[in-house]
Amino acid sequence: MKTAIRKLIVQVDETRVEMGQSINPPTRRAVAIAVIENPFAGRYEENLEQLSDIGAELGKLLGEKCVEALNIEPSQAESYGKAAIVGEGGELEHAAAILHPKLGAPLREAVEKGAALVPSAKKMGGLGAAIDVPLGHKDAAFVRSHFDAIEARVSDAPRANEIVVAVAVTDSGRPLPRIGGLQKHEIKGQDGLR
Amino acid sequence: MSLIQIRRVFTHVETILHEFGPAPAKPQIRGAVAAVLANPYAGEYHADILPMMEALNPVGLEMVNTLLSAMRMQPEDINSYGKGSIVGSAGELEHGALWHVPGGYAMRELLGWHGDRAGYTQGTGQSQNSAQATPANHSVGNAETNTAGKPGTAAPPRSRPLAIVPSTKKVGAPGATLDVPLTHITASYVRSHFDAMEVSVPGAPAADELVFILVMSTGARVHARVGGLAPECISQFDGQR
Repeated sequence: MKTAIRKLIVQVDETRVEMGQSINPPTRRAVAIAVIENPFAGRYEENLEQLSDIGAELGKLLGEKCVEALNIEPSQAESYGKAAIVGEGGELEHAAAILHPKLGAPLREAVEKGAALVPSAKKMGGLGAAIDVPLGHKDAAFVRSHFDAIEARVSDAPRANEIVVAVAVTDSGRPLPRIGGLQKHEIKGQDGLR
Repeated sequence: MSLIQIRRVFTHVETILHEFGPAPAKPQIRGAVAAVLANPYAGEYHADILPMMEALNPVGLEMVNTLLSAMRMQPEDINSYGKGSIVGSAGELEHGALWHVPGGYAMRELLGWHGDRAGYTQGTGQSQNSAQATPANHSVGNAETNTAGKPGTAAPPRSRPLAIVPSTKKVGAPGATLDVPLTHITASYVRSHFDAMEVSVPGAPAADELVFILVMSTGARVHARVGGLAPECISQFDGQR
């Protein structure tokens, strides 16, 4: 593996009751987070391909960690998202290099299919910075019940020369969706939107 | 309303490969489980809150199993532990204290302790005596079985989780963080295992909620090197040394 990982974190958030209503089966969201060394901290580097290769490795690793933590088959994954926080020795473009060119394909393999855009967020931050990882349905971006976000935060990262990379996967939408829009049983799953 | 309503269950597992020093052969795995419960005593003073302590016993057991499963660990892999609670703003600190017995003893029991939980609930239990009075056929490891029933030899532990489960608690807002202390499960003074894990559940506790937390770790801080009592030098089996 090209990626120098210091720490891996996997969280599962299961909601059983919301506003007094029983959620059955519970909604479950997983987020897997890697704290990695930023090879370009402290200097300007024109070619960011190394970070994109790191993104490919992390798309697979973190996507699989989420599916494993949810204890589901890849095909049961319903929504996903990704995010990165760059420590102060790096630049915002480093997050873009990890997230956008190569992370998506191996993540889609980990969750099977994935016709829709993987929604993303990025920022610069210090130790304990939180980032809200956006979530959208993996096969049809317009599914309104699955628009959500999950917070990712590592108390001791990112240090200045590190990047925090998060991938989130769920097996469900929000606990009590009732604002209409495209429903998951109406998905065609061809164009990534509907 | 029932005294127990679990609204959310949150697990958090960290694999710590290194902290810029030489990576150990096996990474340290630390995990936390947090249950978000409705606080049945929120909003007013209740003199008698002990019924909830009793009702929490099965919650504690479920949480230990959830955490071991999330960590993909067996009880014998766990070497340090801790617990904590965060009380939402319509509750009082004392509600957080309800977690001491059902959280701590659930974890100790499922990790192999055979002491007298009922005695502890009443505040009369003796850690050393109850541990050493346990029959050999309840012991969990070969080392214990082999030396059982030989008075006068260095007293072997009848079970590993002899140490008090360290804890923190506070009243906090949704998303509040709690630094949950970790210490060695057999001897509190093992210096390499003094640690803490920051735990927070985004969005919880709401004013009328309680967050109860258990944490466990496979071992020492990843680059522990400040001396003190080492796990292989535990000799008193009194929960401390």
